Amino acid sequence: MIKALRPKYELLSESFIKKILNECFELLEKYGVFVENQEAVKLFKQAGAEVHEPEQRVFIKPELVDRALSTAPSTIELYDRPGEQKFIIGGDQVHFDPGSAAVSILDHETNSQRKPTSEDLVKFVRITDSMEHIDFQSTGVISSDVPEIIGDSYRLYIGLQYSRKPVVTGTFRVEGFQPMHDMLVAVRGSKEKLKEKPLAILDACPSPPLKWSNLTAQSLIDSARAGIPSELISMGMTGATSPVTLAGTLVQHTAENLAGLVICQLACAGSPVIFGGSPSSFDMRKGTTPMGAVETMMIDSAYTQIAKHLNLPAHAYMGLSDSKINDNQAGLESGMGAVLAALAGVNVISGPGMLDFESCQSLEKLVIDNEICGMALRLIKGISQRDETLALNLFEDITPETQFLSKPHTRKWYRQEHIFPEIIDRDTHDEWEGKGKKSIADRAACRIENILKQPVELIDSELQKDLKKVMMADAKRNGLSSLPKIKSL
Amino acid sequence: MIEKNRLSQMKQAIVKGDKEKAQKLARQAVEDDLNLNDVIEEGFVPGIQEAGNLWEKGEYFLPELITSAESMKAVMSLFQPELEKKNLKAKSLGTVIIGTIEGDIHDIGKNLVASLLSANGFDVKDLGADVKISEFIQKAENEEADFICVSSLLTTTMLKQKDMIKMLKSKNLYGKFKVLVGGAPVNKKWAQDIGADGYAENAMSAAKLAKTLAQK
Repeated sequence: MIKALRPKYELLSESFIKKILNECFELLEKYGVFVENQEAVKLFKQAGAEVHEPEQRVFIKPELVDRALSTAPSTIELYDRPGEQKFIIGGDQVHFDPGSAAVSILDHETNSQRKPTSEDLVKFVRITDSMEHIDFQSTGVISSDVPEIIGDSYRLYIGLQYSRKPVVTGTFRVEGFQPMHDMLVAVRGSKEKLKEKPLAILDACPSPPLKWSNLTAQSLIDSARAGIPSELISMGMTGATSPVTLAGTLVQHTAENLAGLVICQLACAGSPVIFGGSPSSFDMRKGTTPMGAVETMMIDSAYTQIAKHLNLPAHAYMGLSDSKINDNQAGLESGMGAVLAALAGVNVISGPGMLDFESCQSLEKLVIDNEICGMALRLIKGISQRDETLALNLFEDITPETQFLSKPHTRKWYRQEHIFPEIIDRDTHDEWEGKGKKSIADRAACRIENILKQPVELIDSELQKDLKKVMMADAKRNGLSSLPKIKSL
Repeated sequence: MIEKNRLSQMKQAIVKGDKEKAQKLARQAVEDDLNLNDVIEEGFVPGIQEAGNLWEKGEYFLPELITSAESMKAVMSLFQPELEKKNLKAKSLGTVIIGTIEGDIHDIGKNLVASLLSANGFDVKDLGADVKISEFIQKAENEEADFICVSSLLTTTMLKQKDMIKMLKSKNLYGKFKVLVGGAPVNKKWAQDIGADGYAENAMSAAKLAKTLAQK
């Protein structure tokens, strides 16, 4: 049988990748990076890196980067909450997760944005859990009914309770790591078991140009030591916080990520790291950071190619839109991004549900985007040879009346060759009219209603107690005596 | 009277964002002992106004707008000591204290606003990023400022804008300075809710807003 060709698209030639890497290595050695974290600076010094103290500028020699690259794993395993289902992050594997940390939510009824509550967060997590083409959950919305300071641990607390999917998350404060780690350990049973079967990825964003802040560098160090994969989210804005040319931004992007990789490997050699990002093609008229711009997608695809060249798993923010509502723009930008990301072989694609420059989640869009993810995943499976003889034997007894509907061959393969979307409209016009002329967002809202009607699958009560204990201790340390009540339970 | 050709060269240097040319023309004006306030008002200011018009028409994008503003700033800082020597003051629309609030290190947006305010005739004291609320207020008092402009990119730090208004009230300073807020998560409603004097969604409209408020 002929194996399906894995469709791919690449933007950079081998020599272009080498040129970018050469400049990037020179940049790290000659101009260095700013590292605002004492512990990270200490690690660099111990590794023999030159540090210019006044501005905590670290000059990284190519040998140090090479050493880090040689110890970083090329694939990472992630497990769901029960520790049963394994996900490989690396190679050409593709997994989608919703765009994360939205500060607002699009209300379907009013078609306007509002601040999300804990109820919204629970709904978001439960819907993510039901999305068949979205492998990971993300701590996608920030609840406005808990103080911002515990926003990081709180969203993980909710996520772990209402979905079994692995979590893409991150810290908002240095102190946030401890409770979050404690919760993950509570799920697994011990620190060692968490290392064996990682349950979460922690995002850490350098500040462009060329800076790792105290918070993010600490997240890298803490995660590396705990065996939690770090996702490096470099996010230059072309012509604003990084060079305006796509290739120039790629040099800075790679340098920032490699500096982060070195921090992780110095903290713990062999620690899992994902080469990710959220760069954008800065709009020079509006001063905004469009995630749906084709140039943004090009930068993402190109650094993914660089990650692959370096043998590292890749991540990108793709498959999201800058539109404010679920309109054509939302669909076209999300569709293009998801397809290009899948073709580029981005291993973790964060985007579904997201609108308005990564600031707004829409539950309806999440459900719509799930269909996009399904199509993108189908696309990269390519065309397989299913039978020894492809078709010839099906024509043996051909007559003018021949049809294929009743052939066993059809019955045997149709569900594997074709995917069947849940809410994409394929009705006849009359059928569509008969159902109330609904838009895709309306149909998504109906699916959401059905999902939320299902009973909540509760976690083990002991585990729930343990999680609550960690959460309450964190809340109390930050002056909060109780957590918001969740009605839907 | 300053010759028209010269004034038009000054204007053009600013419109084109040609900083070196603008500084050269400014130095010549000093050497020739021209009336500097006239030079500013009739030569350079029309340039920055024109750049602003081109921005509003959609012909100029941020890189053009910002190079014009930077050129204007360079000219003004060249004139500053000369004006002082003559005991003159550059016409100022007001003193502005600007910064990104504590906990927030993002300052590209704030820098754009600062540049445009100063190019448009405000005396701007930029405190940088991650600035404590108390520092904003103290500086505003010391400088007898007219405006405090506070930027925050994060939703977490946005809340500090509210704290600033509270602190101004508790110190009985509310109303003494006009407080303008901005940043990605900020909007008009937020500004109204916390009791700020204004909000602008981009650097150019911030400059316009400040001008309007300054005349009140």
